[in-house]
Amino acid sequence: MEAYLKGLDITIAVSGLKTGDNPQPGVPVIRSIRNAGFTGKIIGLVYDAMESGIYCHDLVDEVYQMPYPSTGVDSFMARLDYILSNSKIDVIIPTLDSEVMLYIRMEDELRSRGIHTFLPTEDQFLLRDKIKLSQYFPPRGVDIPQTFVVQDIAQIMELKDRIDFPIIIKGKLYEAYKAHNFDEAFKFFYELESKWGLPIIIQRIVVGDEFNIVLIGDGKGGICGMVPQRKLVITDKGKGFGGVVVSNPGLDAFAVKVISELKWQGPCELELIKGIDGKYYLLEINPRFPAWVRLAEGAGQNLPAITVLLALGKDFDPLPAYRAGTLFIRHAEDIVSDVSILGEISVKGELVINKEVKK
Amino acid sequence: MDTKKLKNLAISENGFVFDPETGYSYHVNQTGLFVLKQLQVGMAKNALIDAIVEEFEVTHDHAQSDLDHYLSMLNSMSILEAIDGSIS
Repeated sequence: MEAYLKGLDITIAVSGLKTGDNPQPGVPVIRSIRNAGFTGKIIGLVYDAMESGIYCHDLVDEVYQMPYPSTGVDSFMARLDYILSNSKIDVIIPTLDSEVMLYIRMEDELRSRGIHTFLPTEDQFLLRDKIKLSQYFPPRGVDIPQTFVVQDIAQIMELKDRIDFPIIIKGKLYEAYKAHNFDEAFKFFYELESKWGLPIIIQRIVVGDEFNIVLIGDGKGGICGMVPQRKLVITDKGKGFGGVVVSNPGLDAFAVKVISELKWQGPCELELIKGIDGKYYLLEINPRFPAWVRLAEGAGQNLPAITVLLALGKDFDPLPAYRAGTLFIRHAEDIVSDVSILGEISVKGELVINKEVKK
Repeated sequence: MDTKKLKNLAISENGFVFDPETGYSYHVNQTGLFVLKQLQVGMAKNALIDAIVEEFEVTHDHAQSDLDHYLSMLNSMSILEAIDGSIS
């Protein structure tokens, strides 16, 4: 294991510490950073006192509760300034879709405070939006399943001659359902509208093998590291709780093409499918590490550690080829803690776990 | 038949087979393992029938019939590819 971060005397903040049935990527990102020899301070940025990573032993040194991203830049920055009055922060790795844009917009203010990130531009971020995906990529030679963006159910009815059930109905931010007929389509439309707003995305189902790729784009159209996997265990929420690294030149070439068109900077996850017609179709681009990112570390590419180096502008040797056949299985375990920790984070919104780490 | 893809399979002695290109894995019995290993080193079909007869003490017709069936199955799973419709 490469000790990329050994001897680095910095403080790294990571968000998204919830694990469980819909795990966030923060905990695995921190584990990979620690496994790269990092012995400095790690700060967990949480939105909820019940994020399970708060209670993991030897994971983070300090925890701070953050205002929700919807409260805007000012309240977010004010909270970060408070944290900075207690502790320096050198690098922040945001891991949640909903906060990435906020960090992009705060980049200059963060930099003026000595905080480094490695994130896409606002334009890059918006181009991978589920709604834009079907407009931006097909003219550039990247196939997307046939997609319709609708604002009301009448528009679904208008598609009756152009779609075959079952279809996928997606919310503009999260969640997707398979609808087998118009009644189901209407039901899911209203559910998604009430949760995430309009528009709603209707997508043809492509039959084939699904793959996921975690990668870091260099911002110039290149890729700093990439590990593809096929999910082996999928929960009823569609989350991959097990997977295996595959080695497929066609898959790699597809990812290279997508990133060369997007010129993405930073971590992301590509979701794609190889149809029975032999073509690859891009399903989604998630603008952050996936929760299964430790598979990349296991396969020989510690991508969270590399992100820290990229944020700091430090050089590193080209990553080794990933090892196909590396497998992960997600393992849920109960953490036994004390209610005083819940009290501390609930009342004060902060928690210093490891007082030994220097500020 | 084209065995290029088959040559990429990771085959364990216990009969566990992993296709690194698709992520699919399979289990094969002793005979299947024997056939896959011979195909990986490039053995031709007729020589493989003879090898099965010798290894498993079955008749030539039996070996040929079972091998044809097995190769058809590998073809339908895209593990080997027929050339001009032939898997011989």
